[in-house]
Amino acid sequence: MSTSFDLNGKPATLDADPNMPLLWAIREVAGLPGTKFGCGMALCGACTVHLDGKAIRSCITPLSAVAGRKVTTIEGLASAPAKAVQAAWVELQVPQCGYCQSGQIMSATALLESNPAPTDADIDGAMSGNICRCGTYSRIRAAIHTAAGSIKA
Amino acid sequence: MSTNTLAAPASTRRDFLKSAGSIGVVALTIGFEWSGSARRALGAPNAVPGNAIFAPNAFVRVGSDNSVTVIAKHIEMGQGAYTGIATVLAEELDADWTQIRVESAPADAKRYANLAFGTMQGTGGSSAMSNSWNQLREAGAKARAMLLAAAAKEWKVPVADLTVEKGVVYHAAGKRQARFGTLVATAATLVVPETVKLKDPKDFTLIGRRLPRVDAAAKSNGTAQFTLDLVLPGMLVALLKRPPLFGATVKSFDDKAAMAVPGVVKVVQVPRGVAVVAKSFWAAKQGRDALQVAWDDSTAEKRSSAALMDEYRRLAGQPAASARKDGDALQAIKDAAHKVSASYEFPYLAHAPMEPLDAVIKLTADSCEIWAGDQFQTVDQANAAHTAGLDPQQVSIHTLYAGGSFGRRANPGSDYIVEAVSIAKAYGADGTPIKLQWTREDDIHGGLYRPMYFHKLEAGLDAEGRLTGWHHVIVGQSIMAGTPFAAAIKDGVDPTSVEGAANIAYTIPNVSVELSTTKVGVPILWWRVVGSSHTAYAVEAFIDEVAHAAGQDGFTFRRKLLDQHPRMKAVLELAADKAGWSTPLPPGKGRGIAVAEAFKTYVAQVAEVSVGKDGQVKVDRVVCAVDCGTPINPDIIAAQMEGGIGFGLGAVLYGAITLKDGRVEQDNFNSYRVLRMNEMPKVEVHIVPSTEPPTGVGEPGVAPLGPAVANAIFAATGKRHYVLPFAKA
Repeated sequence: MSTSFDLNGKPATLDADPNMPLLWAIREVAGLPGTKFGCGMALCGACTVHLDGKAIRSCITPLSAVAGRKVTTIEGLASAPAKAVQAAWVELQVPQCGYCQSGQIMSATALLESNPAPTDADIDGAMSGNICRCGTYSRIRAAIHTAAGSIKA
Repeated sequence: MSTNTLAAPASTRRDFLKSAGSIGVVALTIGFEWSGSARRALGAPNAVPGNAIFAPNAFVRVGSDNSVTVIAKHIEMGQGAYTGIATVLAEELDADWTQIRVESAPADAKRYANLAFGTMQGTGGSSAMSNSWNQLREAGAKARAMLLAAAAKEWKVPVADLTVEKGVVYHAAGKRQARFGTLVATAATLVVPETVKLKDPKDFTLIGRRLPRVDAAAKSNGTAQFTLDLVLPGMLVALLKRPPLFGATVKSFDDKAAMAVPGVVKVVQVPRGVAVVAKSFWAAKQGRDALQVAWDDSTAEKRSSAALMDEYRRLAGQPAASARKDGDALQAIKDAAHKVSASYEFPYLAHAPMEPLDAVIKLTADSCEIWAGDQFQTVDQANAAHTAGLDPQQVSIHTLYAGGSFGRRANPGSDYIVEAVSIAKAYGADGTPIKLQWTREDDIHGGLYRPMYFHKLEAGLDAEGRLTGWHHVIVGQSIMAGTPFAAAIKDGVDPTSVEGAANIAYTIPNVSVELSTTKVGVPILWWRVVGSSHTAYAVEAFIDEVAHAAGQDGFTFRRKLLDQHPRMKAVLELAADKAGWSTPLPPGKGRGIAVAEAFKTYVAQVAEVSVGKDGQVKVDRVVCAVDCGTPINPDIIAAQMEGGIGFGLGAVLYGAITLKDGRVEQDNFNSYRVLRMNEMPKVEVHIVPSTEPPTGVGEPGVAPLGPAVANAIFAATGKRHYVLPFAKA
């Protein structure tokens, strides 16, 4: 059975079990490994992708749910906020082990795409679903502010 | 900002060779011990024009394209080792930082042993920079000397007239210059110098600077390659069903339903359980869910953690092994004007690195190839060989980026590697690459926890409030017992159980530290900052209570007892000063201080907390002072302190693995809570300037955090926490 959707701006048809979580479909079937597996229960945010521009947890989203819709992964980030977020991540040296950072960047980008000047409370609200065991939280917060500032400038 | 990027370790070598072939890059592969005697670089005799080989040592390769490839013997698991290693070598080489690449070393203890571990290759104990410091400086300096000698030879000028800057050799008088790449062919024909002069630290241009991490870009665009991401032709994915109780074994299994799942290829029994091998993760997961296994739990651990803690509490009153005895602590306490006593309870803790454990194995009749975020190469090589029935030399390891570890991947039994090899063996050892993937539940249920401990402390004060006696009893499992590291256990004392307690830095005339080692069927392991993950809490929370009993300020009381430990005293003073220790806080807020030494790094922290009307505690700010000797990269040091604070705070607030009739009660991040963004305090890090040899920063930042927060909560509320995590009390 196949599911067709827009993956990173290109049409994609994946021949896979429609119940397969989107995470594994994009990793193992579409061959895009930037999105990570952390918990399988939408508890850690490592698998965050955008579905029609909104941050979602791909580990609990069945492939069938994205039929005809628009999915963006870390590999497909192209918007101005996304580029600002990625640049700020490097500028502020956010990553340590780096494993959670694709998900962090996807959540941060979705936040800035809907709210170009988030407060600390907005950041808490948007980012508290993304766990970082290395504890890079203070730099993530600072990088989001930096990215917001650079978009405005 | 540097533009260098770092490809994933596994592909770096291949990409490098590919580019070498296409654009005529020349390079050298190294093949002798760093301290080896003077001899020609490996392969040099065969060097031909256009294909020169320059082999100064095992840690650096210079290409004719001017690239400088640093070979890292330590894993990059977030702690910044790749960047630190490259910095030290590049400093002495006077390399151009933008030309630096880092590649992981193969498993080869002869060349890549951790000098802090002796003859074993591996990473741990915050030792990557300290054990590599002289080795890498010498490696860089020797390579530099040879490139200089090559320029001198080509230009027929004295070496003394040459200078080097950012990968370019200059002869000022002759107005000549040459980039490293053009000197490679000649350098490769020269003899490696026996000795070499290292730089005066005042001439450092890279060490001490906030150089960007070599892995930051790849880790910000999704291209950094972890084991999870590795795909080999024909690779299968395995999930292993393990027993629900520690020590249980397979009685029987029914694989009919599992085999009926599309994509499941084979179901195999291995010593640790039953594995489902499939064409994808999803198929393997569904297959494992469908698999029926009956377990024999006749010899399994069936106790509950509450019962274990009762037993530990009882043992704390029984005779124990002595880890330190100065004077007569019991008598001093008996004779004291004031007595203080307290006990502390610490739970089992999981490491829960973000990347669930995984390894790819390619096993044949005479070889075993491993791809993993491998932290203990020599141990894993030996355990894999033993499992496969091969010699260790037949086992090769590709060390990939690890998505966190916190000690989990450095385990003496190589649990996840051995599982993966045993599955590949049971599958047929036919060269099919198999990836063993753990799920988060596998990780939380999987054992190798930071042990549970009970601490009992008593102290005596004289009439003037001076500490006269200190008695500390620790009860818990030994991490080293039953492992190849057991030789470190002396007179019944595992040093990892008592570090941070037996070496208490405070000057006290009578000190007794004792250890009662328990036997429990729960597999345990070191966890970030090891012994100090519990001893620092007990010592620093208790000394605070003692200071309070003496009617003295916690900072002043500690400071007076640290005259014998000037570096510890200095970080304590720095943290207190930067935190504004003596300035009052508004009601509902409190400030607490703690100091610790771990792996010869000194860290003091001041935590500020506020308590809401609902009694909810929020940690607002942590001021951290650290002395880790020569600061190699201040930004990475700060990052490790920030991270250690976040990691430690999650643990003291929420972290606990508990057992009910032997069964782990937590499953995933819903029941094994860790710190989240909204709970992260503001962190300020202050680094003590130093020219002492560098020490590690990956772990020590965790040690004082718990007690600093606990002491701050006491200051705000008058309530002390004796049971961890705080959420449990």
